[in-house]
Amino acid sequence: MAVVFDRPHALVDVSMHYCPGCTHGIVHRLVAEVIDELNIEGTTIGVSPVGCAYNNYLYFNCDMQQAAHGRAPAVATGVKRVHPDKVVFTYQGDGDLAAIGTAEIVHAAARGEKITTVFINNAIYGMTSGQMAPTTLVGQVTTTSPYGRKPEIQGYPIRVCEMLSTLTGAAFVERVSVHDIKNIRNAKKAIKKAFQVQQKGYGFSIVEVLSTCPTNWGINPVDAMKWVQDKMIPYYPLGNFKGADLEV
Amino acid sequence: MGKKVLMKGNEVIAEAAIRAGCTHYFGYPITPQSDIAHYMAKQLPLVGGTFVQAESEVAAINMLYGASGAGARCMTSSSSPGISLKQEGISYMACAELPAVIVNIVRCGPGLGGILPAQGDYFQAVKGGGHGDYKMVVLAPANLQELYELTVEAFNIADKYRTLVMIMGDGNLGQMMEPVQFKDQEDIYKDEKAWATVGTGMKRKHNTITSIYIEPEVLEAHNNKLQKKYALIAEKEVRVEEFNTENADIIVTAYGTVARIVKNVIKLAKKDNINVGLIRPITLWPFPSEAYVKCAEYAKAFLSVELSAGQMVEDVRLAVNGKKPVYFHGRTGGMIPTEKEIYDKIKEILEKLGG
Repeated sequence: MAVVFDRPHALVDVSMHYCPGCTHGIVHRLVAEVIDELNIEGTTIGVSPVGCAYNNYLYFNCDMQQAAHGRAPAVATGVKRVHPDKVVFTYQGDGDLAAIGTAEIVHAAARGEKITTVFINNAIYGMTSGQMAPTTLVGQVTTTSPYGRKPEIQGYPIRVCEMLSTLTGAAFVERVSVHDIKNIRNAKKAIKKAFQVQQKGYGFSIVEVLSTCPTNWGINPVDAMKWVQDKMIPYYPLGNFKGADLEV
Repeated sequence: MGKKVLMKGNEVIAEAAIRAGCTHYFGYPITPQSDIAHYMAKQLPLVGGTFVQAESEVAAINMLYGASGAGARCMTSSSSPGISLKQEGISYMACAELPAVIVNIVRCGPGLGGILPAQGDYFQAVKGGGHGDYKMVVLAPANLQELYELTVEAFNIADKYRTLVMIMGDGNLGQMMEPVQFKDQEDIYKDEKAWATVGTGMKRKHNTITSIYIEPEVLEAHNNKLQKKYALIAEKEVRVEEFNTENADIIVTAYGTVARIVKNVIKLAKKDNINVGLIRPITLWPFPSEAYVKCAEYAKAFLSVELSAGQMVEDVRLAVNGKKPVYFHGRTGGMIPTEKEIYDKIKEILEKLGG
């Protein structure tokens, strides 16, 4: 009988710790499928963040390093400069990448580091229990914006792709979502291309993935998918910001 | 024998590092150590190495984390305020057991302080400036020949124990020029680094470099493993110079360039028939406590002279353990003690003790 669905080889056969309805698992699977399809598991080194995905070094079968909060792009820079022939990726959340690690991601992109970043934007700090993130939407209630994010007090959410796409060193920048099948397929295409852009040596590549956090949003998983569609996408438009035309 | 060259201290460090097989350097400009970065930027690419000017000291230390974890011999350098910024990465690297060399050409603080020589970062270096229970080997050369040799040795110690090694010099050491006799070939400790993340090649289970251990039993076991390693280093790697300590009435102790001033004081004292000895710790951690224990048997007192408000003196007191009085003389702010003021302090102490 033909096998039509299986665990990607690049994913370790263990249970993940993520909450029900969280989309980290989907994105992990997409990254692993891409690693399998490009046949790069043996030549890939990943960097784990601080945040809910802190221990995803246990989930990917390739060599992995775990970085300090926000420092994954610097760690990945160190790895890539030692092994320019290998594939290096970071996997980071919005607090990690867009708050404490802003300098590291901006300068890795500016240097045109030939690394790939998978950026999970779920508009909240998950692991530390639901605080306001740099990507928290205006009006969104979190444990540190209990009256809703007010621009006059907390400012505005950061659009990372738009910001990074202004940098010459950033070769490929795309925002995707995983709230339904069609978007999951698009997300995988973007992640694959981002890895290929790195392999071709064009420069820095990043895929921002709009994701869910039902636990800290305080809604059920089905409503969470709808919240991405209704609330997040209007502020964070999907699409390619840079590098769609690159030949890979 | 290799070449004898007149060089600046900072350049000696960079040259020694390249000779030791350092292939990757990550740094951020700060006075008075920027010559290290200049030298690396120029010379590393010529030998197939990589120089990266990071966006901050925080980024530089994390690049070092990545490069070391990927198996490279690598180094970063900075000066006091920059070393403060690196403490996060230092703690993480210590926990993840990543070997690397960190240079601190110490300037005077606290705060932005000044750019002149100081030894005010002793506590930060030997007691752990970052969080958690960790140690790093701290080497304190006193002249440029020793700076060269210890820099090469730093890389060997780092790889041998999977530990961080700090070279701690003051601004004097970084900025002065002295002749250095280079060897034809360096003794390099070779290690396969089977733990490094270099890609599995689909031939082995994946390697992971991490500093997080959520399970308390596992983290305690990891801490115990680290402590065992530190105990081994403390047993094997103590380095100290004793000068004129036999039958000395008073033992002066100082490290780095300050010890050179003390040696002149010893000569001055000899003319007056005052027998002064010097204990010069070369490893600030592990601290050469045994030398003090031995001298406490016969010396009347100890005097720690530092470019600080009194830091190493605490370790001297721990080593002497109340057996003999321990005095302190220090200057801060970039001021350097003169031979006369150290000698006056010695005479004052001896007078107090009844000659």
